[in-house]
Amino acid sequence: MSRLKVFVPRDATACALGADAVAESIIEGARGRGLEIDLVRNGSRGAFWLEPMVEVETEIGRIAFGPVAPADLPGMFEAGFPGPADHALALGAVDSIDWLASQQRLTFLRAGWIDPVSLDDYRSMGGFKGLDRALKMSAQEIVDEVKESGLRGRGGAAFPTGIKWQTVLDTPSEQKYIVCNADEGDSGTFADRLLMEADPYQLVEGMTIAGLAVGADEGYIYLRSEYPHARAVLTEAISRAEQAGWLGDNIRGSGRKFSMELRIGAGAYICGEETSLLDSLEGKRGLIRFKPPLPAIEGLLGKPTVVNNVLSLGAVSTILEKGADYYRDFGTGRSRGTLTVQLAGNIRHGGLVEVPFGATLRELVEGYGGGTASGKPIRAIQVGGPLGAYLPVSQLDVTLNYGALAEAGGMLGHGGIVVFDDTVDMAQQARFAMEFCAVESCGKCTPCRVGSVRGVEVIDRIVANEDREFNLRVLDDLCDTMDKGSLCAMGGLTPMPVRSALKHFPGDFGV
Amino acid sequence: MSSAAVSLKEIVDAAVAEHIGSIGALMPVLHSIQDKLGFIPAEAVPMMGQALNLSRAEIQGVIGFYHDFRTEPGGEHLVQLCRAEACQAMGSRELELHVKQRLGIDFGGTTADGLFSLEPVYCLGNCACAPSVRINDGIHARVTSGQFDQLIDGLEADE
Repeated sequence: MSRLKVFVPRDATACALGADAVAESIIEGARGRGLEIDLVRNGSRGAFWLEPMVEVETEIGRIAFGPVAPADLPGMFEAGFPGPADHALALGAVDSIDWLASQQRLTFLRAGWIDPVSLDDYRSMGGFKGLDRALKMSAQEIVDEVKESGLRGRGGAAFPTGIKWQTVLDTPSEQKYIVCNADEGDSGTFADRLLMEADPYQLVEGMTIAGLAVGADEGYIYLRSEYPHARAVLTEAISRAEQAGWLGDNIRGSGRKFSMELRIGAGAYICGEETSLLDSLEGKRGLIRFKPPLPAIEGLLGKPTVVNNVLSLGAVSTILEKGADYYRDFGTGRSRGTLTVQLAGNIRHGGLVEVPFGATLRELVEGYGGGTASGKPIRAIQVGGPLGAYLPVSQLDVTLNYGALAEAGGMLGHGGIVVFDDTVDMAQQARFAMEFCAVESCGKCTPCRVGSVRGVEVIDRIVANEDREFNLRVLDDLCDTMDKGSLCAMGGLTPMPVRSALKHFPGDFGV
Repeated sequence: MSSAAVSLKEIVDAAVAEHIGSIGALMPVLHSIQDKLGFIPAEAVPMMGQALNLSRAEIQGVIGFYHDFRTEPGGEHLVQLCRAEACQAMGSRELELHVKQRLGIDFGGTTADGLFSLEPVYCLGNCACAPSVRINDGIHARVTSGQFDQLIDGLEADE
């Protein structure tokens, strides 16, 4: 009899909800009953509201149970677990879970199905096919393929990836670099983390393809220190890829070389900004650099450098595997491919949703999200991270693409959606936006460094009704100065949550 | 091996030897020293400066820039409470008050018994199951005041 395969995610959120204890209880429970099982620590599928989600490989495919606590296991075993048990936590076949099945998974196709560090698992689901293809193409052909896909940077700025790569390719230099921005600092976002913890070879593959495309043979992943689980998975994945010859001086006998190193940040939000990240990689204070020169021309150590987000580099492996057309055919207008939204905050069914561009905020928050976790009415939704706008419920029907959100006075950013119920005090949220900017400003430019501190003070005066009319004008003026005078998006966009909160929720400010 | 058994010079030299030659070696060297000692002692700064050909001001500037680096010994366990928006939406402001009261310290402080240091953190990427607390390398989801007390009680009992 073949041993049953049981899956318990090693993902940070699953572990934060007790997945390690669940895994131990399953091993003990199986041993006690004389059942032979293989326990695999897979990645999460991103249905975090069902975590810890336990899966079993059966004749009818994977079946799931969740959310499972150690205390549930005796009852589950009684009911027939790890077989198809008739139990309250049984979710049936994974393919039949509508929350997952209705998504369009491209970047997160493998998430949850595979053991993240197993090269065999990765290859069994199309892994490294994109790299195999890229190894047979010229640098320009690879860049053209990415251009044609319409891929835009997924970190937040949405700059066309192919054009960035073309610049690096066209800039002559003996040394070029690929840098992966894995400093996912926006509250409400975890897509990069999920990808790195569930399918790290996709990032290894994407970075290697980027290296081939622009003529770089060294890559760095700059990972935030707040992600210890991702660090463990990436460390193991890079080491295994090296041993198997997917990284190194002679990639799978092709004569091409690419090596990769994982670097850990040290708790500075600003290092998610690409020039600050480069300074940090160089071992310096993470200060913003003036642009131009663009990093594509003078990046790491002054050399031409591709700096891309985790999801952008991940998407590249799909684009090279399946072709530019396949990727471009998802989406609308200038927003091509899929959108990875992260449902967070006060949300009943939180997690990662990957759908083609074109869904509305309502479909995500009320449909997938199922409304608030508290059961109270939604009052505000912050889209696009801590520098994104707070939207009122009346804007729930906005379409989630780059253009429509900009028209609504917001931005898509990295796709984080944080829901607040009606207990939120929006003046305090606006104050926090300024406070966060004051804590995390790199200090290089005055509008950001000083403006944020003054912003906190002015909002306090407005709320306390000290000369309110005057201070509202001061706040408006201050926001203008930060918006137009800051060197980077940190100071430049902090006014967005502040102004949107004031515009849509003036009552909270006493206005 | 306890840190007392190994001199600071040996720790710094080992960290430098591991990373010298890499791009921006200072950051991984600082991490390596802090991983071993829990903080970066002032005496380590000139040692690193000499080995990496950097001025003390440059190194001090880097240490001061990043929230993670400590220049004083911290508690045995590092407690990080997420203060970012997704956690706020799930009551982290109230949790913060409780945590500070339970530990009897503010952010940046260490308990009198030397067991816990408390620091704010801005996002642990656990935003779908907020509020989040990190204790050392363990992350905890949907943390209530009661659960926080249990975690702390457990660590205190281990002493």
